[in-house]
Amino acid sequence: MNVYLDHSATTYVDEDVLEAMMPYFHDHFGNASSQHTLGQEAMNAVDRAREAVAKAINARPSEIYFTSGGTESDNWAIKGIAHAYASKGKHIITSAVEHHAVLHTCEQLTKEGYEVTYVPVHPSGEVDLDALKAAIRPDTVLITVMYANNEIGTIQPIEEIGRIAKEHKIFFHTDAVQAMGVCDIDVKAQNIDLLSMSAHKFYGPKGVGVLYIRNGVKPDKLIIGGAQERSMRGGTYNTPGIVGCAAALTKAVAHREENNAKIAALRDYFVEQVKARIPYIVINGGFEHRLPNNANISFLYVEGESILLSLDLEGIQASSGSACSSGSLDPSHVLLATGLPVENAHGSIRFSFGKDNTKEQVDYTLEVLERTIARLREWSPLYADLKKSKEN
Amino acid sequence: MAYSQKLMEIFRNPKNVGELPDANAVGRVGNASCGDILELYLKIENNIIVDAKFRTFGCASAIASSSVATEIIKGKTVEEALALTNDDIVKELDGLPAQKIHCSVLASEAIALAIQNYREGTDGASQEEKMV
Repeated sequence: MNVYLDHSATTYVDEDVLEAMMPYFHDHFGNASSQHTLGQEAMNAVDRAREAVAKAINARPSEIYFTSGGTESDNWAIKGIAHAYASKGKHIITSAVEHHAVLHTCEQLTKEGYEVTYVPVHPSGEVDLDALKAAIRPDTVLITVMYANNEIGTIQPIEEIGRIAKEHKIFFHTDAVQAMGVCDIDVKAQNIDLLSMSAHKFYGPKGVGVLYIRNGVKPDKLIIGGAQERSMRGGTYNTPGIVGCAAALTKAVAHREENNAKIAALRDYFVEQVKARIPYIVINGGFEHRLPNNANISFLYVEGESILLSLDLEGIQASSGSACSSGSLDPSHVLLATGLPVENAHGSIRFSFGKDNTKEQVDYTLEVLERTIARLREWSPLYADLKKSKEN
Repeated sequence: MAYSQKLMEIFRNPKNVGELPDANAVGRVGNASCGDILELYLKIENNIIVDAKFRTFGCASAIASSSVATEIIKGKTVEEALALTNDDIVKELDGLPAQKIHCSVLASEAIALAIQNYREGTDGASQEEKMV
């Protein structure tokens, strides 16, 4: 059986989305910046896509900018605001659990003389709002906090952060890459000035994303070139990608509640069964404000990558916060930020469910998981230590 | 670089996993916070490693490196086992990704430590035998 439980990494392109994209690869291949009919057909498709994306987050079409994906959008928002408003101040507030697209961009800015405060999170993964308020200084120009966490699924108190930012006249950017099509997003009601999204996280194509920029907010450009995107972002319009992004978001929003309910039920069943069947586990992150598709579990006394590969050998794809699977030697900064001891972070696995997963798949995963963890523990000197200490 | 097919095959069916009840040389290296621990058990008779087993907490390459190391040193003299380098283990695995080389180093360190413990403990053990 094949079971894909890595939807937070990426999703496949939905069939309806693919169908919407197809005409723009071949028949309607025109450059949307061209004045002739073929070009204008493409521009009409881009305009319609822009309207659809705007509608999904209660923005205006003129506030939607298409990019190459979440990472570009995050880079543009953070560097763009920091550079454009440097005369107002050079202090940025972010959280300790951001995606590397945000964290490493902030680190880059510190090399340019900016100061960054990384606000800690509660064990649930939620940003400590008191610490966030305390971090605000007269020279703070930007607060950037993700909408929902990619590793443990925690949904941040975006509305409160938006309100705090507005009160202090600080720009507020949110990386909403994991939240699109899942959370009810209203940039006006939530006082969001800039918002990043990425189409491949909601059954759209890879290589296309969006930065929403509130009218009146003027970040510096990131990609310099032609007059595309109202002269704010150069580069030939990726018409099939843009059309796919909008089609995917429209479909995700239309089916949001039914998908969320179905996925949450599967996820909750999975977590309950893991708790009942596998001893010595830690469920990472709180459940009060959490994406419906995310379960992140540390299996103590075993290492995450060996779990991941054992599952993969039996057709199950998940993801690990272990250092060994990331290429670096440090385990997940997100798990460590929630207070998880480093040795527990090594054995963590993220299971992220999608709209097509079934109960049969979850049952199969549970059976393989139970067997895999038992086997790896038999190989583990740490588990042997535990057994010996219990005997004594 | 991904793992070799050979490494994945060894990870799927590692040899010599478990504890050796009559081991007379034990070496434990690594720590939990770094993400890998290897405990190596050797039975040495007349300077020959007659049996070897291991327990490993770690990634696929750590487990495969442990398996390969125990396979190689079985039947070897203590000196031959000490001469085993992590490069020999990497070769036996058909290569390792750069960030996983430390897993092979862990295996050669475990052999060195087990033999060191054995040598330091040898006199004590033979003393006991004499007393009997």
